Amino acid sequence: MPKRTDLHSILIIGAGPIVIGQACEFDYSGVQACRALREEGYRVILINSNPATIMTDPEMADAVYIEPIVWQAVEKIIEIERPDALLPTMGGQTALNCALDLVKHGVLEKHGVALIGASREAIDKAEDREKFKQAMTRIGLQSARSAVAHSMEEALQVQAMIGYPAIIRPSFTLGGSGGGIAYNREEFVGICERGLEASPTRELLIEESVIGWKEFEMEVIRDQQDNCIIICAIENIDPMGVHTGDSITVAPAQTLTDKEYQRMRDASIAVLREIGVETGGSNVQFAINPEDGRMIVIEMNPRVSRSSALASKATGFPIAKIAAKLAVGYTLNELGNDITGGLTPASFEPTIDYVVTKVPRFAFEKFPQADDRLTTQMKSVGEVMAIGRTFHESLQKALRGLETGVDGLDEKTTDIETIEQELGHPGPERLWYIADAFRCHLPFDEIQALTRIDPWFLVQIENLVRQEQALAGCQLETLTERQLRHLKRCGFSDRRLAGLLGCDQHAVRARRHQLNLRPVYKRVDTCAAEFDTRTAYMYSTYEEECEARPSDNKKIMVLGGGPNRIGQGIEFDYCCVHAALALREDQYETIMVNCNPETVSTDYDISDRLYFEPLTLEDVLEIVAIEKPAGVIVQYGGQTPLKLARELEANGVPIIGTSPDMIDCAEDRERFQAMLHRLGLRQPPNFTARNPAEALAAADDIGYPLVVRPSYVLGGRAMEIVHESRDLERYMREAVKVSNDSPVLLDRFLSNATEVDVDAIFDGNTVLIGGIMEHIEEAGVHSGDSACSLPPFSLPASMQDELRRQTEAMARALHVKGLMNVQFAIQDDTVFVLEVNPRASRTVPFVSKATGLPLAKIAARCMAGQTLAAQGMGEEVRPAYYSVKEAVFPFAKFAGVDTILGPEMKSTGEVMGIGKTFAEAFIKSQLAAGIQLPVSGRILISVRDGDKPEAVAIARKFVELGLSLYATRGTAQALLQAGLPVTTVNKVAEGRPHIVDMIKNGEIALIINTVSNKRSAVRDSYSIRHAALQARVTYYTTIAGARAACTGMANRQELRVYCLQNLAI
Amino acid sequence: MSDHPRALLVLADGTIFYGDAIGAEGITTGEVAFNTAMTGYQEILTDPSYCRQIVTLTYPHIGNTGTNPEDIESTTGSTVHAAGLVIRDLPPVFSNWRSRQSLPDFLKQHGVIAIAGIDTRKLTRILREKGAQAGCLMAGNVDEAEALRQAQAFPGLAGMDLARVVSCEQPWTFDEGEWTGTTGYRAPGDSRFRVAVLDFGVKRTILRKLVARGCRVTVYPARTSADALLAAQPDGVLLSNGPGDPEPCEYAIATTRVLLDKQVPLFGICLGHQILALAIGARTIKMKFGHHGANHPVQDIDNARVMITSQNHGFAVDGDTLPGNARVTHSSLFDSSLQGFELTDRPAFCFQGHPEASPGPHDVDYLFDRFIRHMAQHRA
Repeated sequence: MPKRTDLHSILIIGAGPIVIGQACEFDYSGVQACRALREEGYRVILINSNPATIMTDPEMADAVYIEPIVWQAVEKIIEIERPDALLPTMGGQTALNCALDLVKHGVLEKHGVALIGASREAIDKAEDREKFKQAMTRIGLQSARSAVAHSMEEALQVQAMIGYPAIIRPSFTLGGSGGGIAYNREEFVGICERGLEASPTRELLIEESVIGWKEFEMEVIRDQQDNCIIICAIENIDPMGVHTGDSITVAPAQTLTDKEYQRMRDASIAVLREIGVETGGSNVQFAINPEDGRMIVIEMNPRVSRSSALASKATGFPIAKIAAKLAVGYTLNELGNDITGGLTPASFEPTIDYVVTKVPRFAFEKFPQADDRLTTQMKSVGEVMAIGRTFHESLQKALRGLETGVDGLDEKTTDIETIEQELGHPGPERLWYIADAFRCHLPFDEIQALTRIDPWFLVQIENLVRQEQALAGCQLETLTERQLRHLKRCGFSDRRLAGLLGCDQHAVRARRHQLNLRPVYKRVDTCAAEFDTRTAYMYSTYEEECEARPSDNKKIMVLGGGPNRIGQGIEFDYCCVHAALALREDQYETIMVNCNPETVSTDYDISDRLYFEPLTLEDVLEIVAIEKPAGVIVQYGGQTPLKLARELEANGVPIIGTSPDMIDCAEDRERFQAMLHRLGLRQPPNFTARNPAEALAAADDIGYPLVVRPSYVLGGRAMEIVHESRDLERYMREAVKVSNDSPVLLDRFLSNATEVDVDAIFDGNTVLIGGIMEHIEEAGVHSGDSACSLPPFSLPASMQDELRRQTEAMARALHVKGLMNVQFAIQDDTVFVLEVNPRASRTVPFVSKATGLPLAKIAARCMAGQTLAAQGMGEEVRPAYYSVKEAVFPFAKFAGVDTILGPEMKSTGEVMGIGKTFAEAFIKSQLAAGIQLPVSGRILISVRDGDKPEAVAIARKFVELGLSLYATRGTAQALLQAGLPVTTVNKVAEGRPHIVDMIKNGEIALIINTVSNKRSAVRDSYSIRHAALQARVTYYTTIAGARAACTGMANRQELRVYCLQNLAI
Repeated sequence: MSDHPRALLVLADGTIFYGDAIGAEGITTGEVAFNTAMTGYQEILTDPSYCRQIVTLTYPHIGNTGTNPEDIESTTGSTVHAAGLVIRDLPPVFSNWRSRQSLPDFLKQHGVIAIAGIDTRKLTRILREKGAQAGCLMAGNVDEAEALRQAQAFPGLAGMDLARVVSCEQPWTFDEGEWTGTTGYRAPGDSRFRVAVLDFGVKRTILRKLVARGCRVTVYPARTSADALLAAQPDGVLLSNGPGDPEPCEYAIATTRVLLDKQVPLFGICLGHQILALAIGARTIKMKFGHHGANHPVQDIDNARVMITSQNHGFAVDGDTLPGNARVTHSSLFDSSLQGFELTDRPAFCFQGHPEASPGPHDVDYLFDRFIRHMAQHRA
């Protein structure tokens, strides 16, 4: 059946900010959906609150709304745009939930909007645990014994029925948030409490434990003619008990015979039919008892998911694109398989001739108080995927692609007790401890009993370890070509081999090249070479035949950002995609290198050629050798490619844009200081210390408080503010390894300073200021964590001009070619340069959305040699409206973590609010971030001394707005003195009832809590923030944030939505 | 590093692949064919249709789940029918709750020569571009020149009557139902129909599908005459799958003609489909590299629905030569080749792919139900 002609315009809901459990895979699916539907001639309207997405680019949809994803905002958009249909399956749980809200509030019915791709009934049936289980019983499939509970009493009754361990899953939460496994009553009660809180419907599913069972996922697509195809079967190496998002997974399934696989295939299709997914992609999860093959259905998602992004990348089958086309009426056989150039239809099942491994990346180093044991609640922040011809190769490529400092199965420990502990209670590094277990010759059966990982995988790991051990005492020169080839075929990186052989990776590479031991590139073609493909989607392997077939065209290669992590995520992928798109438009052949399956950049049709490869020196050099690009862009993918810049250059790779030497000049404190000095610009007093003694001496000179951090980091890793020498000593002892090669930077901390970000482009001749962003939180909060406004909401024009002048001076001095970002702090009208990054920054997509200037594209063209003038880019855009960026945090996922903001970045994502005034934009940014600002009720204020004058001013406004004031003793005193009515509340140490009691009892509507940076003060006030987080009470931990909130609340008006394309610039 | 003996595969075009011998030692020749199914190596190896074919599996890890007595497809004679096996990687262990024996032990036990460690994707690419070709697999003592000589001496499958090689010699009965989902097969229920299966190399799963639907199944040698079959008064006759070229199977074509005349319900699968086509005067052709996989989309013309099917054939019926009383029921969405037809004046139909799957998806399972319906209608 061809596409529907009764539809003309379609609204797509995006997934909102990047959070744990919902990352850039939904940008990937959203982009595919937009492109697919526009290709069919539909008018596409898009809402997403996340400015760092490609899908919110004005070219991606006919009308783009960067607005909070709440049903009220969507209704406004529907009123304006009058779409015929709503496609809710591309934006993860966020979009599905929003669609359900729209249905519940009668919005779709009222405006005659058809829900396509999923029905309310199907969503309900799939998401509601009880209904799902009943549905499974109806079609003769087993599920785990379980029951639903809506209260602690009910929960305990269910538990009595199923025993321990019990699995608790709250309904309607992202990434299983709030769930867990309980082995005893105490744990059970704790998890249930949290789960009831987390579930918007206060509903828990409590299940019999199938921990240790084998876990599988099936990616299924169905069309309206009931044609069903399986795109991919994914097997989890980590058995049941670890969330699939946190599991190492492999495609295709490895340990099933055909009979078992087909049984699962039949069941998957039966599930889609029963749930009523009429068109689109879904994923169905299964557990299999390894003892007897008993199969149970775990759950299904009636939408594209993280797994479908993985499956798309793993097979080359674009699930979201096809799902979008099915939603408008096509059937699978009417659609072509792009990868074979349409030679074959989309109605087939991809078959692959390689092994795909996905390994999650965690960020527990950012949240030291968080429990880092893996459970049914997802905790990872990113993932890497690797393709190899064998599991060995695929796994080892994935490990080096993680960029966590490992080159393979690096040794962790020889302590048997630690190993046993880590094997039985998995944390983020279990795989490496398994390798250690084999190294220490723990019996195989014990390792298997502790991990319950299928022996097939364990033996593969053991085999790699034995190969490593066999190298003991060997030397590079004495390894035969055959031996070395075998090792490379097993995926050992040059660096890992170097480590094992006691040489460096350059020696291994040289030896390899001498032996002509080079990787070949095979194609991902969906069909295991049964049909010819022209699509250049490739991976490296050590085989005989190379299929790269490089051209002689003029090529630019873009190095991507690798796995998402805190501090490096979708923003950089956005930049890489823009570079590829712009240069492709300019007739360059573009080559993308990346290993993050969630991204748009790893979509094979974004660039002319895609190498799905780890971003290590070895892997990149081999690709460069085969492709011989005219230029390589390392400045767009964050630290990942930047770290490689110097060595790439040293190996003759033509890096375009700002030179690695100048990048180093900006990163190297001493060189940078000299440059600023030459330019007559100021910097906070600082020092680069190469040992603890130096640091302590310098600290006395500069004076406390100090910002301390290791050099070469992104995301403020290990950055701290220290107030006294005791703190500094501890920092040097515990937080960093300081050495000549990795010195520690000390900067005077500027109290009460305003921080400003400037993004600019320099072409060697003229500067284009992209945007000036005034931070809302004061200096000291990591720029990635603070909200900011473009244009500035309080900086005088003269000050802005001064910032422009300084930016230009530095651009010239650093011979910037392309993007640069400057962070300034302004203290009492004095401008300090905090840092300069002559590369793409996190704020580029936000600025681009706020100004309409595609900065990353413009800069990419500058890097390729076009001037700004030639591009017609001269004037800075000063928008007539405000855009506020707000950060989004993962605190709810990490019970026990302090929510206070500081110099170490903790946010995972961002949202943007647009308004005619700063207040409007700010309040919308809060709404988009899920922060509810109250209209009435009690506001609790507890601030540090320095903030008291400001707190009084804010409190006065709150009183005017009709809120009643509550404050802790010191703050209350200040408020009373100012003549404000206030009720004094006990601090926790002051006896009960205290502040936390009130929060827990739901008596507080808003909390403003600022503390001095002293560790003791932070510790004392922790319980307030913790209680606020648990009770979902809105809180601000900076006075500036509170001020902005207050302004927003005072100027509250009816929610208005703005179409990006119509905003007057 | 490998401790396996050396092995090599030489194609008739002179391409040589070196690898490890993971099965029996010795020498074997055959037509080299690739199969893209990711599961089901044991079923493939034991499928009589692979007689005289050296199979390369495109999925790199083969042997993951070992082998077990339940997944053997052959019914008579040798357990393994494939002439040899070519894979990229044999994993160090097998793991599955049903497995009883490792793949290498299984191969050795059944005297199958197999090579691992070669660039199977390159091999597949060669076969795709140049078409299926003869090859020689040598394990243990290898001799390139001798292997090439033998590869080039292999006459090719065209004109080869292999059905007679793999068929049973005496009629026998079968009474095993479908797989239970964990282990073992169901016992047969009450039988309502008597089905005669003409064995050109029948797979066990075909027989199970019939038993599960209430058939009492008797398997007959390929050369059984129509008279002998009719004497048993079957409700229907199934023309089974099998290896090689259908054209030389004149005996079976003749038998089929008689059965058609007698209005006996007929169901042809794979080679059986080709034999039915030849019996009604259509032609068959040798394909470039055939269809071997478990992901082939086939459209059911009657309702336009897409079935993902298991396929394994190197010969095909030329759809243009079908007579007027044949109505096309199924067509390949990969290459538009004929995948099934039925006769408008006889209770006979057939399918080129494998409705019994094993390995492969169960989407065309319904054809067995159609056969049952035909038998029921015919009886009524």
